[in-house]
Amino acid sequence: MITFKKTAVSSLLCTALLSNAAYAEQVEITVSSFPNFNQVAEAAVPLFEAKYPNIKVKIISMAYGDHHNAMTTALATGASLPDVMSVEASYIGRFAQSGGLESLNKAPYNSGEFTDQITPFTLPQATSSNGELRAIPADIGPGALFYRQDTLKEAGVTQADLIKDWDSFIEAGVKIKAKTGNYLLANAVDIKDIYIRANLKNGEGIYFDKDHNILVNSPRFKEAFRLAKAARVAGIDARVGAWSAEWTEGLKRGTISSQMMGAWLGGHLEDWIAPDSTGLWRSSQLPNEAFASWGGSFYAIPVKAKHKPEAWEFIKFMTTTKEIQLLGMKEVNAFPSLISAQDDPFFNEEIAYLGGQKARIEWKASSAKIPTVVMDRYDESARQIINDALEQVLEKDADIDTVLAEAEKQIKRKARRR
Amino acid sequence: MNSITSQSVPHKAPAKKGNFWLRKGNKIAPYFFISPFFIIFGVFGLFPLLFSLYLSFHYWEPAAGLAAMEWVGLENYIFAFQDDWFQKSIYNTGVIALKSGIPQHALAIPLAFFIHTSFTRWRNTVIGVYFIPYITSTVAISLVFTTLFSRDFGMVNQVLTSLGNFTIADMKVLSWIFPVENIDWTRPEYTKDMISFVVFWRYVGWNTVLYLSALQTIPRDLYEAAIIDGANRYQQFRYVTLPMLKPMAFFAVTLTIIGNLQLFEEPFIITGGTGGIDQAGKTAAMHMYITAFVESDFGTASAISWILFMIIAGLTWLNHKVLGGSNH
Repeated sequence: MITFKKTAVSSLLCTALLSNAAYAEQVEITVSSFPNFNQVAEAAVPLFEAKYPNIKVKIISMAYGDHHNAMTTALATGASLPDVMSVEASYIGRFAQSGGLESLNKAPYNSGEFTDQITPFTLPQATSSNGELRAIPADIGPGALFYRQDTLKEAGVTQADLIKDWDSFIEAGVKIKAKTGNYLLANAVDIKDIYIRANLKNGEGIYFDKDHNILVNSPRFKEAFRLAKAARVAGIDARVGAWSAEWTEGLKRGTISSQMMGAWLGGHLEDWIAPDSTGLWRSSQLPNEAFASWGGSFYAIPVKAKHKPEAWEFIKFMTTTKEIQLLGMKEVNAFPSLISAQDDPFFNEEIAYLGGQKARIEWKASSAKIPTVVMDRYDESARQIINDALEQVLEKDADIDTVLAEAEKQIKRKARRR
Repeated sequence: MNSITSQSVPHKAPAKKGNFWLRKGNKIAPYFFISPFFIIFGVFGLFPLLFSLYLSFHYWEPAAGLAAMEWVGLENYIFAFQDDWFQKSIYNTGVIALKSGIPQHALAIPLAFFIHTSFTRWRNTVIGVYFIPYITSTVAISLVFTTLFSRDFGMVNQVLTSLGNFTIADMKVLSWIFPVENIDWTRPEYTKDMISFVVFWRYVGWNTVLYLSALQTIPRDLYEAAIIDGANRYQQFRYVTLPMLKPMAFFAVTLTIIGNLQLFEEPFIITGGTGGIDQAGKTAAMHMYITAFVESDFGTASAISWILFMIIAGLTWLNHKVLGGSNH
């Protein structure tokens, strides 16, 4: 009788404790994000909560710029930080260097257990200069050249002409302009942007090397500027900036016959830029054997986050689950960073918008060839200075050697507090 | 009971009867009731102000947290003054301020006079129409104007080129004054003019309302006296209206100086946040924003904001000397 009582009491106690423990473990984590990256997380949350019933996920989304400004101020003050922070590729360099984010390749996270399953070029972007991985890539943007098949045909130009090398690319543009009156490029600046990114040696940055030496006064930049100038002189660029009204209208009407950008541009073209052009666009690799990436998104945990273990479960779920990675591709054309997701049969399917082309498999092939690029805290300053220098060359006919030497001086001034 | 006690008793009586807290409360209550302003001003006004002054003497990588601040003295100020881009942004701000500011007042005063003298029944409607741009969202305005000024698809170019290509007997008779091809309004030589035009268009109504309210306070007998002296309408405007408008002109010009030197939204949206080709449309406030949020150099950005403050304070003082001083 007594033993029975004892067991009864102890079992009661146990259940009480257990239920109490279960109640205490019900944790809500906040995930801050931006459109349309947030759509992937929103679609994945029900699946995540089904797998981890003790974790509830709350997603807060803000506009792209506002989100990153808010995250900068949150990191600055250490207040109102989310548990999981989404970071876009143009901000990852600064955020990863700052020391406000957890080092995920160390205990208790040990991201090393799975990072070999992630497309290699993205990891160094999120790695600080002392080798700490501060964020996990969730999607990538392998670069591709989208072009209008019908315009090329009309002008008697082939895909091979476009991608053989840059001089051939410009020549093809001249032919297209003469035969159809359409521009080949939206802006000559695009050529510079690819040329300075393409074929970097592994471990080299765009503007700075590992030891923070400035690389802009170099043959790579001079050739990039020369090609951009040649394209402008040839009159093959529409002189419009990406995402402007002229740009979308030009792509819609086909007066701009090609655009180099992340593979995700295909989704934008199909969804809203040129929905009526089904079957007219094609995708190919970039000219001159160039491989580069556009954008990409990352997940990080702030050092001052409240629920780090749960946040880490969420990040692992989003970045290493094949189904979720494919979900991102299907939802918002977020190209998976997880290699096993890229092996899915879905990648072999024909894309009707691109005239039945199996473009995903091509994008996968080029993503494997993108070099690892070292990000730098002053990349954004250098980018502005270089764009300004190129405008001097394109608009005011300035001498390339002079402006690049001047740009190097300016970057040195900006990066004065190394 | 004499008159003295009867007067003093009602004053003292509540204090004697009231308990301690009520007496204390009577003293504290006013402070309590005005405290919201001081608390809000302290948190959102004074603290950021002082913090930015403190910040302007530091180097700070904000994403690394508050502990990462590093004292650098006047280095941020020296850097800002020597920075080509800052100098350029100050120049741009000055040009846009003048190009949008002077026409604003040059048009608003006669316009206010015209509305004041010529409209009776429809006056409020006319004023309302001129005032609408001022209360419309800047973002909407800037988007509408970028669409209007779009190179290939904009209304402005359509009108201009259709005039330029207007032909009589195979001759483009107007081509010497109007363009025959689309103008790219984003080119650096047009950027500042385009921004100035939008700012001018937006604030001319606001200034008209200011001047109109001043016109309404001018006594009628001054005009009557002028008419008796044989003054015509122009002379009434020149010798009665303008001098009487001076105090309002001082106020309106001060607002224009402050507003135009802090110009941010219009150029930011029109140039897509970059400042445009050759940074021709980058104002000082935009440069400050980019320094802080794009380059994450909050120290230098704070120094820029204080330099900008000093320039604004200086010009306002100058304006006071020119327009405000001779008021007595």
